[in-house]
Amino acid sequence: MDIKELYQEIILEHGKNPHNLRKTENFNKDAVGKNPLCGDNVHVFLKLNENNKVEDISFEGSGCAISMASASIMTDLIKGKEENEVKEIVNDFLGMIKENPELESKNLEEDEKTKLMCLSGVKKYPMRVKCATLSWHTLISAIDNTQEEINTEQLD
Amino acid sequence: MSISDIKKEFPIFSNKIHNNDLVYLDSANSSQKPQSVIDRVNQFYTNEFSNIGRSVHYLAVAATNLYENTRSSVQKYINAKDKNEIVFTKGATEAINLVANTFGQKYLEPGDEILITELEHHSNYVPWHFLRQSKGIKIEFAEINDDGEITLESIEKKITSKTKLIAITHLSNVTGAVLPVKEITELAHSKGIAVLVDGCQGAPHLKLDMQDIDCDFYAISCHKMYGPTGLGVLYAKKKWLEELPPYQGGGGMINDVKKDSITYGDLPNKYEAGTMATAQVIAFDQSIKFLEKVGIESMITHEQELIEYGQEILRKNNSVKLIGNPKNRAAVLSFTIEGVHPHDIATILDEDGVAIRAGHHCCQILHDKLGISASARASLGVYNTKDDLDQLNSSINNCKKIFNL
Repeated sequence: MDIKELYQEIILEHGKNPHNLRKTENFNKDAVGKNPLCGDNVHVFLKLNENNKVEDISFEGSGCAISMASASIMTDLIKGKEENEVKEIVNDFLGMIKENPELESKNLEEDEKTKLMCLSGVKKYPMRVKCATLSWHTLISAIDNTQEEINTEQLD
Repeated sequence: MSISDIKKEFPIFSNKIHNNDLVYLDSANSSQKPQSVIDRVNQFYTNEFSNIGRSVHYLAVAATNLYENTRSSVQKYINAKDKNEIVFTKGATEAINLVANTFGQKYLEPGDEILITELEHHSNYVPWHFLRQSKGIKIEFAEINDDGEITLESIEKKITSKTKLIAITHLSNVTGAVLPVKEITELAHSKGIAVLVDGCQGAPHLKLDMQDIDCDFYAISCHKMYGPTGLGVLYAKKKWLEELPPYQGGGGMINDVKKDSITYGDLPNKYEAGTMATAQVIAFDQSIKFLEKVGIESMITHEQELIEYGQEILRKNNSVKLIGNPKNRAAVLSFTIEGVHPHDIATILDEDGVAIRAGHHCCQILHDKLGISASARASLGVYNTKDDLDQLNSSINNCKKIFNL
């Protein structure tokens, strides 16, 4: 496969200028994720309103183009979604990166799915899957408020 | 053997990686294996296999002789005074753990200091950290200079009356700096301090002379030296091996075992408990033969030419930044590219068949000091050529193109 399927323009753009790379003021949930093998790290901040809707989401951290782009696209899509929708979207994304050919979530618009599918090139690079999924696992940890640091070496 | 014939000795280079010739620049991680080493493992298991040192039958005696023959070859290769100063371990990591564990047990008290450097691989830090936790010792770090070197002065600065052992790398696996281990040892000994040299990178690339360096311990990783995995060598001066307690207990390392007392075996059995990596040890003899056939001097000249050439072309490449600028550099070129994370570099280079490593290379302390979380590393083996480095450079250019640099 052509390496450019992995490094599509949209990935490079998000990697270079990640959206929501900041710290949400008055966040009420957060979690830290790390990939000890490569040193990538991410801190996800969430602000949920009284209706459990994501009023704001942001992240801090550093990593490769894939991990930064994935966190950037994730935060764009998650903003405005409800808590239970978020979980469903995360599971759908993780399923797609691991094995499913398409995204099936009813909580994503078609254009949102198209955006996310830009990350599907990672599937063919098993060593890089963790780069793409780190921020997503960290988001779930923040939602569940487990206070547990996500460590990619302890995930399936 | 002429340098141009070396690649032919390594069957892996006849394979294609993503339809490209393999350009293997990850030898600091592990080197490829010549056919003679691969064949020796096969031959031993096929026709000569037996455990060693225990039985009196024909195969056991023959295998024991082969195993001990490698010990003699290693002794000669590193110019150790005595054959029994060569201990086989499962790797350099185990060799360093052996020293930390036994030396720590016998000689270290709370407040004593172990002096290491900011260049050390985790395997020459974590074993000492265990002692920091269990024995309350302190670990001091000699600091690198702006060129990524450790000088004699930077070591001297950190020596105190509490320093009991200095543990240093021979050759940095990140900056490629060759440390003045002989001078450091001389200084240490003048103050009654023992010296351990982590020779993981030094052993495959430098001329080794234990009696000249005069260090107390030297750890070798055989798989980085064109040998099999699962095998290391600890060189230790005889007086230490006699004085230190055994590391692991088990079969083969004992002399007499009673219900109320146990005595331990003579050297080197005292430190080789259990069934050893027999096939690997026997095959490692072929690695030494290979290195001798190439010739240490011609290997050093060849690799030095490559490192000069590699530095030259990477320095000319805009946006590539070499890590460290040591005056005495060998085998390793670590770099970053402004705007491209090392993992992305490694993935893109791999597509061209160029195998490098990206990450902190088990040197987080050094990367923290440099203020980066990761770097890309091209490291050399004796089989590499200038063409390989040209391919590296052109793949780096491709990487820059993909990232619109």
